[in-house]
Amino acid sequence: MAQIVIDTANHIAGYAAKAARVKVVAAYPITPQTTVVEKIAEFVENGEMDAEYIRVESEHSAMAACIGAAAAGVRTFTATSAHGLALMHEALHWASGSRLPIVMVVVNRAMGAPWSIWPDLSDSLSQRDTGWIQFYCADNQEVFDTIIQAYKLCEDQRVFLPAMICLEGFILSHTYMPVKIHDQEEIDAFLPPYKSGWVLDVNNPLTHANLVSPEWYMEFRYMIHSAMENAKRLIPEIDKEYGKRFGFQYGGLVDKYRCEDAELVICTMGTMGAEAKMAVDNLRKEGLKVGVARIRVFRPFPVEEIRKIAEQARMIATIDRHISFGMEGFLATEVKASLYHSDDNPLVVGFVAGLGGRDVTFKTIEGIAKKSLKWLEKGKVEKGTEWVDLRV
Amino acid sequence: MVSIKELPKEEYLLKGHAACAGCGAAIALRLLFKALGNKVFLVVPACCTTVIQGPYPFTSFAVPLQNMLFEATGATASGVAAALRIRGLEDITVVGWAGDGGTADIGIQALSGAAERETNFIYVCYDNEAYGNTGLQRSGATPYGAWTTTTPTGKRERKKNMPFIMAAHRVPYVATACPSYPIDFVNKLRKAREIKGTKYIHVLTPCPTGWRYDAGKTVEIGRLAVQTGIWALYEIENGRFRLNPPSDRLVDKSKRKPVKEYLTMQERFRHLTDADVQKIQKWVDEDWAHYQTLTSLERCV
Repeated sequence: MAQIVIDTANHIAGYAAKAARVKVVAAYPITPQTTVVEKIAEFVENGEMDAEYIRVESEHSAMAACIGAAAAGVRTFTATSAHGLALMHEALHWASGSRLPIVMVVVNRAMGAPWSIWPDLSDSLSQRDTGWIQFYCADNQEVFDTIIQAYKLCEDQRVFLPAMICLEGFILSHTYMPVKIHDQEEIDAFLPPYKSGWVLDVNNPLTHANLVSPEWYMEFRYMIHSAMENAKRLIPEIDKEYGKRFGFQYGGLVDKYRCEDAELVICTMGTMGAEAKMAVDNLRKEGLKVGVARIRVFRPFPVEEIRKIAEQARMIATIDRHISFGMEGFLATEVKASLYHSDDNPLVVGFVAGLGGRDVTFKTIEGIAKKSLKWLEKGKVEKGTEWVDLRV
Repeated sequence: MVSIKELPKEEYLLKGHAACAGCGAAIALRLLFKALGNKVFLVVPACCTTVIQGPYPFTSFAVPLQNMLFEATGATASGVAAALRIRGLEDITVVGWAGDGGTADIGIQALSGAAERETNFIYVCYDNEAYGNTGLQRSGATPYGAWTTTTPTGKRERKKNMPFIMAAHRVPYVATACPSYPIDFVNKLRKAREIKGTKYIHVLTPCPTGWRYDAGKTVEIGRLAVQTGIWALYEIENGRFRLNPPSDRLVDKSKRKPVKEYLTMQERFRHLTDADVQKIQKWVDEDWAHYQTLTSLERCV
């Protein structure tokens, strides 16, 4: 039986790991991720979840244990934040290179120094090039649904890559919302047991990840790239099928809102995408033609979807909860790169906002939209990157 | 106890492996499979064994093998052991096979964690007393005085005592070995396989490339290491320390050869002064006095 649970995104992630019938969880505590693994520990200890919980001594070891378990043929899960994710960095490459469909929740938190426990996306976006699929969620229901969808996607033979499900610390991680936990039998029907890409057989032994000469290395990289392209095709299909079965659907790669006739499209990620919808409703009341494209999947990047948006819109304003020092936010960069080969491109302006947990409300976003529209009227973007609410 | 004739004929380290001529680690690997057969899942971090396998698309290993990051052997083995238990494949022995740098230095945290979690696996540290794969740099397991490429005038600090660090984790089984004593090594591996929990075996594997001696003398060097007492063969079973043959007959100093015989056979020690040699001899003698004390104790740590 499906049930409605009112709980935090972190606890909901635990419910999702249980519903996905994860067999090995290896994790190390870090704020604000902790309650994910506390919930799982509770499920494992009270027998609700038939899994091994390995309480490792670091995040590097958490990912290593997941790699070992996945290589030995079981479904694995972990969760981390910020510095924990950075410590895993090397192992992230190893997981994708070994083509292991590990699913990890990243509770987004700003990187130090100085210490911060509040959210921005610089932790997960710094892992952009590790070969992990990246989802960004806007509410607790999406966290649950995306974790289930991610296993389906990652374990597809055409993909065999790991995925991180990103949710912003505190904004989602510790906020209670009602979430529908779908019927277990229906989840099982959607997500069959894990079948690994190879079979562990001592009579037909295989060596994995040994030394590869320049003669072959590029081909292995190309296979990961192709798998990403396959994922780009499969994510909307899986989202659609999921929607049919469970009634929740998220637009596949990009969650678009009132974009059809929009002159200005606000392009952002995570909870700012949800906030932007409220801003758009208010702006529309003022007669301003604004829409939102919430980038749900950052890797693979939805290049084609961005181009489609650009055909209609006269301007795209990106809002990044991230900064690549010396350049701009990654979203701004990726959107611009996506448009390079198109003619008649809209103006693109990048905003950096909400770093280290600074609040970005619908009012902030309304301000961003109005500023952008002013520049659109002038036909010229005055500043390539605008830092929002900056006090210097 | 097996005799050499009773060892299985099957080889799971195949011909054409890429170890240096006279590699002590290759002998130890061959013995590992003689002892455990092929019902093994091997986790290998960055180390000489990465090279010994041979490059893709070939392998010289006839057991399932997951190559892994340098510092992650213990943690990876934890994941493998958990998965095999869930899959009901507990007749497969999980073995972490790592070098001395991957054990005593960069991998000590993951190993310590795995031991504290009582992970059911055998961890073998094959110790050639330097980072061999990267061209002989000093490790925490390099002995005092030894030349390496990063200690060109000799290491000034003593070798880290890994077996006792592991014994302090209260693991059920710790042992030392040397491929020059193959039956001892095989018996220890087989005993380890029957014990539940973390088993740690530290095997000294002479390295002609790094220690600078003739490749034909690997077995002899290993024997001298034991006969001089610079390397002792022992077990620590549930805390109880016991010397194994032939080391158990060497408690009396007069039975041990002078360490000088071992040191002078290797060019890595050729710059040592008489005072250095005396210092090393003194430390070895102290170790043996300590071993004697430990033998009488219920728990050595």
